[in-house]
Amino acid sequence: MWKNFKNGFIKENPVFGLYLGMCSSLAISTSLNNAIGMGACVTLVLLFSNILVSLIRKITPDEIRIPVYIVIIATLVTIVEMLVHAFAPGLYDSLGVFLGLVVVNCIILGRAEAFASKNDVLSSAVDGIGMGLGYTFAIVLISVVREFFATGAITFVNPFNSSQLIFKLGSDALEPVTIGLFSQPVGAFLVFACFAALFTVLRENAKKKESAK
Amino acid sequence: MEFLTLAIGAILVNNIVLSKFLGLCPFLGVSKSSKSAIGMGFAVIFVIFGASLITYFLNYYILVPNEIEYMQLITFILVIAAFVQFVEMFIKKNSPSLYKTLGIYLPLITTNCVVLYVAQDNIAQGYDLLHTIVNSIAVPVGYMLVLYLFACLRERLDSADTPKAWKGNPIALVTAGLMALAFSGLAGIV
Repeated sequence: MWKNFKNGFIKENPVFGLYLGMCSSLAISTSLNNAIGMGACVTLVLLFSNILVSLIRKITPDEIRIPVYIVIIATLVTIVEMLVHAFAPGLYDSLGVFLGLVVVNCIILGRAEAFASKNDVLSSAVDGIGMGLGYTFAIVLISVVREFFATGAITFVNPFNSSQLIFKLGSDALEPVTIGLFSQPVGAFLVFACFAALFTVLRENAKKKESAK
Repeated sequence: MEFLTLAIGAILVNNIVLSKFLGLCPFLGVSKSSKSAIGMGFAVIFVIFGASLITYFLNYYILVPNEIEYMQLITFILVIAAFVQFVEMFIKKNSPSLYKTLGIYLPLITTNCVVLYVAQDNIAQGYDLLHTIVNSIAVPVGYMLVLYLFACLRERLDSADTPKAWKGNPIALVTAGLMALAFSGLAGIV
């Protein structure tokens, strides 16, 4: 069980390892706030969709399973979207259209199809949380690098009350030397590529260690 | 003129892949040969055009009069899923070779965010029918253009001597980044 959970971070990291859910991870990783907000939404949807899909896995006819999964996911995303709109309007505005697009985030449908439809409820739930946190971990990494180079500081604001600043790392003195490129699409692609290469090396090393044993 | 601006804007300036990061999964997956990139491109154009038209009428003649706009996401994704299924059966019957090259990526158009994004964006921007048609052709044309260019670049990358850790997707992403940089130079056109 613990291994299932841990797999989502490095070995089978959904973003850097399987290249799933890339659209949102590149687009909203401009600031730490967006990354954590998006990560939380995706984890929540992933957890509940895995549980529901696993619950109905024995009564779902094989031919129409994909539409069934999509309806489940779309319903969950609509609920999450409404909740975010009501309780964290600032986050809702900055995530914009990408919140709705969580529906077509391949991680969620991928896990429903590859894991939850074949396993019991408890391990599906664990897998959902693990993969969700793996996704969050990945976009937080990208967003920290991008926000730091683009603005000179990493800020985190309370998502439920946008006037309350929780922390700010870095200093205003760095402002004149920031690189605007990192807030643009180019920066997103390059930072993502660097992390993807790094994770490939990490995985290779882990594999070598295992085979040495 | 207005439509031309809209079309050029959607194809070059606000390119769906390079500036909005949508449709990246098939972008990396299918772009290994330029032939399948073209096939995928046409499938995407057809699906987006069809799905946008259906969702347009669905939205203004069913959802809005009944005040159930909050069902937008669910109905749209269902329409798209059904439509993709239809296209898949059509290609399977009429062009088995194309079906083979596209392989698993065809059903994946359902989870191609571009389709849902265009359908939602048409509504969110308040486009009328003509604008919707222009936009939902121009966006996938831009997608196909970048997909094809990228596939050509990747065919050359295969024979290039890249460091081991960067082989495959990482170096492809660097290439995509450089393409995004080049495309951002087109921002002044519109």
